[in-house]
Amino acid sequence: MSGSEFVPLSLTPLIIGCLAAVACALPGNFLILRRQALIGDAISHVVLPGIVVAFLLTGAISATAMMLGAAVAAVTAVAMIEGIRCFGRIEAGAAMGVVFTAMFAGGVLLLELSDTSGVHLDVEHALYGNLESLIWLDATGWGSLLEIDALKGLPPELFRIAAVVVIIITLLAVFWRPLAISTFDEGFAATLGLPVTVISLGLVIASALAAVAAFDAVGSIIVIAMFICPPAAAHLMTNRLGAQIAWSVGFALASAIVGFVLAGYGPLWIGGTDAVSAAGMIATVSGVILAITAVAGPRRRAVT
Amino acid sequence: MFLEALFFQLGYNATLVTFGATLLGIAAGVTGSFLFFRKRALVSDAISHATLPGVALAFIVMVTLGFDGRNLPGLLLGSAISAALGLFAVQWLSSRTRLTEDAAIGAVLSVFFGFGIVLLTVIQTMSSGRQAGLEGFLLGSTAGMLYADALLIAGGGALALILVAIFRRPMMMASFDPEFARSSGINLDRTDLIMMGLVMGVTVIGLKIVGLILIVALLIIPPVAARFWSDRADRVVVIAGGLGGLSAWIGASASAVAPNLPTGPIIVLTAFAIFTASMLFAPARGLLISAIHHRNFQRGVHIRQGLVSLAQGQPIYEPMTIRLLRAEGLARADGVPTPDGVARASRVLRDEKRWETARSDPALEMAAARYDGLTQIEDVLTPDQIAELDTRIGGPRGVTP
Repeated sequence: MSGSEFVPLSLTPLIIGCLAAVACALPGNFLILRRQALIGDAISHVVLPGIVVAFLLTGAISATAMMLGAAVAAVTAVAMIEGIRCFGRIEAGAAMGVVFTAMFAGGVLLLELSDTSGVHLDVEHALYGNLESLIWLDATGWGSLLEIDALKGLPPELFRIAAVVVIIITLLAVFWRPLAISTFDEGFAATLGLPVTVISLGLVIASALAAVAAFDAVGSIIVIAMFICPPAAAHLMTNRLGAQIAWSVGFALASAIVGFVLAGYGPLWIGGTDAVSAAGMIATVSGVILAITAVAGPRRRAVT
Repeated sequence: MFLEALFFQLGYNATLVTFGATLLGIAAGVTGSFLFFRKRALVSDAISHATLPGVALAFIVMVTLGFDGRNLPGLLLGSAISAALGLFAVQWLSSRTRLTEDAAIGAVLSVFFGFGIVLLTVIQTMSSGRQAGLEGFLLGSTAGMLYADALLIAGGGALALILVAIFRRPMMMASFDPEFARSSGINLDRTDLIMMGLVMGVTVIGLKIVGLILIVALLIIPPVAARFWSDRADRVVVIAGGLGGLSAWIGASASAVAPNLPTGPIIVLTAFAIFTASMLFAPARGLLISAIHHRNFQRGVHIRQGLVSLAQGQPIYEPMTIRLLRAEGLARADGVPTPDGVARASRVLRDEKRWETARSDPALEMAAARYDGLTQIEDVLTPDQIAELDTRIGGPRGVTP
């Protein structure tokens, strides 16, 4: 394959896919260890109503409004789940099931009822994303990476997801110790005077941030795959938190690259003519990686 | 239009669809209750998302073999097989590896769904796939449903209900007390299998109407809503069935009026509205009734303690107590009792003294356990017992020289 074809059509989706996978996998590690994996599930569902409401209020697809809407939706969902759990005395899993399905249903209906034909926002897009369409038409080959004019034509999603990855890495580096302590022993963290509720809520908001940025590129269901599969596979590889995060980033990158290549070129290799969904393939590959670690990972067994 | 739909007057097909949806809602509410009691509500989320690759593969297989790919029984069979695989994967991951059940659920639902999406894009490129309409399985649609399909859904819902009626006892015992169930000779693994099989069945027959993303709501929301109406498990099951049926009935009728909107979200939002109303206003455990109980209890304690203080001539510093006593006409703003208050206070003091005596008597142990500072002893002991207590306390005695 020549650079003149690869750079404009495949380079940017590939990079965006990798960044989205990493952005979700990083907070996913902590969600897994805190037994809150399904918070990732809930968040990725409630991002949809958040974005739709933000769109209806502002009338345009603006990155800031969407991020804000999604973050507000995520916090609303967490507040509702906690409210039902505490006041209604309902088990957390069921409370979560009530809230995220209802909010997702509301988002879908709002989307169907409102006139969004002028913008790129529909239910299918929300579910599978549009990774393949994030192309860089101004590029003519590898040399375009050095041309200012061509670089201006990069899809804005790239900068958005890159900024989110930087923010998440920074947050992780700054709050590493309190986050790690409160993840493994919340009671101990509380006795140290750490604000455990704020840390927990902060993790949810960071996850929402990752979800909404990745949502743009890969759609909501695939976001869940990246929240859960790479960290879960990494959890079966090692007992150390730092190593687990490194493994999870590796697995996320591997899923994104292998998945993207298989989706784009796999069908051609076996004689097909059209590419299949890249987002779906990335999720599938992450599942295959998880299956392999579940069968052969060195730390797969439950601690007895 | 909506009212006509609600009362089955929109033609034979729409009526059958609404009827089928209602039966499905009842079956989902009843089945979901056991899942809720077993604290495994979200397992159904993994099951429902895991149906997608099965639906897509069934379509591909049927088209390849030369049949009509949209044959509903065939698609549902495929979805059942892949849902079973997904369920098995969740069980295996959470029992054989160190991953917790929630991580296993999330992993299975996203991977199966992602693979299903891959297959859907494959179908779109097939020559007969353009008008496959499999997207309807994501969010549900009743538009253009065939007579046979509606019959299949109604029949499936009825069958699920019959199975629940047969297996309700072992499932209930396994949900609340697995150890006891095991010791009474119930095969736990088999009961769990039946329960999950029922959940799978409801999911599969609900795919067409509610869609696979939201069918889980029909399994979770009605039981949670029903929980506010009763503390008894058997009633919760029945109420959940009723609420589920009601949601599906109203939702399907509304969707018959607005055929362009996906059916699933309408049904789910109806269920959520019923849930919200239940959480706020249900007479057994609703928030409103809890708040009223709490307030009455608080008032009772304040008045009682205030009267005890008055009877013993102690000053009252708590502003709320004084306010309540004033409102009842028992005391003045400066904490001095009115004549009414003096009478009530001495009655309360006598009650306290009787309780004190009763609690020191081992023979009255059972009754004394009901002392909570509010219950009057007349409500617990017979007049004879109280008279006996009074002789022990003794009446007011004159001063002996």
